[in-house]
Amino acid sequence: MALDFSADRAFAEGRPDVVECHGVSKSFGNVQVLRGVDLQVRESEVLCILGPSGAGKSTLLRCINHLEGIDDGWIKVAGQIIGYELRGGKLHELPERVIRHQRGLCGMVFQHFNLFPHFTVLENVMVGPVELQKEPKGQVESRARGFLDRVGLGDKVAAYPAQLSGGQQQRVAIARALAMNPRVLLFDEPTSALDPEVVGEVLAVMLELAQEGRTMIVVTHEVGFAREAADRVAFMFNGKIAEIGPAKNVLEKPSEARTAEFLAHVLV
Amino acid sequence: MLPLTQSPAVGGTTYEIVRRKHPWRIVAAAVVLTILGLLAFGAANAQGLHWSVVGHYLFTRVIFTGLLRTLELTGAAMLLGLCLGVIFGIMRLSHNPVLSSVAWLYVWAFRGTPIILQLFLWFNLALVFPHIHVPGIVDASTVKIMTPFLAALLGFGINEGAYMSEIIRGGLMSVPPGQTEAALSLGASRAWATRRVVLPQALRVILPTIGNETLGMLKLTSLAAFIAFNELFGTTETIYYSNSQVIELLIVAGAWYLLASSILSIGQYYLERKVGRGFQRGGRNRTLFEQLVIRGWVKLRGA
Ligand SMILES: Nc1ncnc2c1ncn2[C@@H]1O[C@H](COP(=O)(O)OP(=O)(O)OP(=O)(O)O)[C@@H](O)[C@H]1O
Ligand SMILES: [Mg+2]
Repeated sequence: MALDFSADRAFAEGRPDVVECHGVSKSFGNVQVLRGVDLQVRESEVLCILGPSGAGKSTLLRCINHLEGIDDGWIKVAGQIIGYELRGGKLHELPERVIRHQRGLCGMVFQHFNLFPHFTVLENVMVGPVELQKEPKGQVESRARGFLDRVGLGDKVAAYPAQLSGGQQQRVAIARALAMNPRVLLFDEPTSALDPEVVGEVLAVMLELAQEGRTMIVVTHEVGFAREAADRVAFMFNGKIAEIGPAKNVLEKPSEARTAEFLAHVLV
Repeated sequence: MLPLTQSPAVGGTTYEIVRRKHPWRIVAAAVVLTILGLLAFGAANAQGLHWSVVGHYLFTRVIFTGLLRTLELTGAAMLLGLCLGVIFGIMRLSHNPVLSSVAWLYVWAFRGTPIILQLFLWFNLALVFPHIHVPGIVDASTVKIMTPFLAALLGFGINEGAYMSEIIRGGLMSVPPGQTEAALSLGASRAWATRRVVLPQALRVILPTIGNETLGMLKLTSLAAFIAFNELFGTTETIYYSNSQVIELLIVAGAWYLLASSILSIGQYYLERKVGRGFQRGGRNRTLFEQLVIRGWVKLRGA
């Protein structure tokens, strides 16, 4: 197993881990989807996760956000065990209220945007901080407008999602995630549902976020983006991380046969 | 077929376009209008039909009182139905098997029996429960409490709740699960996600159906006459029992029912438009009559 992090991660030496997964397992009924995933993501690191359909990439992201509960192992975000509390050598499930607070640590960007269609663009970005984190409205509004400017949609604040292109909607979704001041951004195939001509504008925003030092976990099939933006790339197969390492190493000379095969398939 | 080179349009000339005629449309319209005209003529000259009686009763106080009771009962029953529908619709989707089974049972029982039977059950509750005692709330004989209005309200409201819960369940299920997930990922509770994200979107799907249900209820409440509640229909019935002007009074009631349902249709139009914000307009085609009524109303409001 190519799971020796010490050499790979010299670049992030000394920075704290933002996300830690330890032996994470998850089954749906009889189907085991995650089989002991170990993973550490340090502050300001960008990790891209690649892998075939059904490998468990989405499930892993959803577990980090506790949209799914895990069956074994543990996940820490910003030092907190997600969804559980260690008491007397056992992990006790936390009350909803605490879990809700923990979800604020992660900003999630979905494949299908999942913007709220009955809210305007600005309301979409503001609703979390104002109604859920109870921050003062004026303060949130200027921050929300700032993020919308950042993703190039400062002039669309009053539009409804249905009036925007897919690329614009996804950029609003990114602004919505940013407005929560998360410790880590989780992207689940953010460009897979987009028309080819607008993929670039979303990737450009993500690249900028990567360069400004955001901690990001990106599930993607965009090998070009991974090469350019990722510090490390992980390959997932069949519920496990098969290979992980610096982007260049993994993408150019993968040590696993399955990785090489997958890359050859994606790059044609 | 002409070879392309001989095609008459070649050379950049343009030609006038002559639309096909539709002679049969005119014939069909003429036939229908003639039949309507004959019917109207017949009605106007009917021997036993006294239009003056219709005119006399159309604006009497007792008819207005009946109309008011119809509207009150319709509103109250729909409100009760809506509340029950939201509660049981959400219960039905609950992961708790007890809650979802109870909701299923409710729908099964009240949709599976005739409404008139349910009305009589409530009205005659005193036969099995002569005295109602809920500590701190009521303590009285059932006959006193179970007025015709209350029996009708319970009958129609609870029955409507069963239909409404299915409508609401369908509406809730029509909202993609990604919406709830997005809300949860922002740190929302399930209750918040349902109230702020799912229900408003479900409402857009549900509202036209609720509108139709309300229109249905407006007319259904006439059954309350059978449990001695004198709403519009019951009132006209009482009058024609004594003066035998049956058809005239039925026409009076019919006119008011028509007016009330037309106004409801207009209200529905505005409500749908309001809830539709953020969504492209579309939806069902309106009948010519609805279009005329709505257009007239919009003009009136503009003036
Ligand atoms: N809620 C669920 N119930 C049952 N099975 C599920 C559920 N969610 C995911 N699965 C199964 O888990 C497996 C992994 O799914 P997952 O969505 O994590 O894969 P993925 O790597 O993200 O794939 P893709 O590239 O297609 O998005 C699949 O076989 C899927 O059918
Ligand atoms: Mg996926």
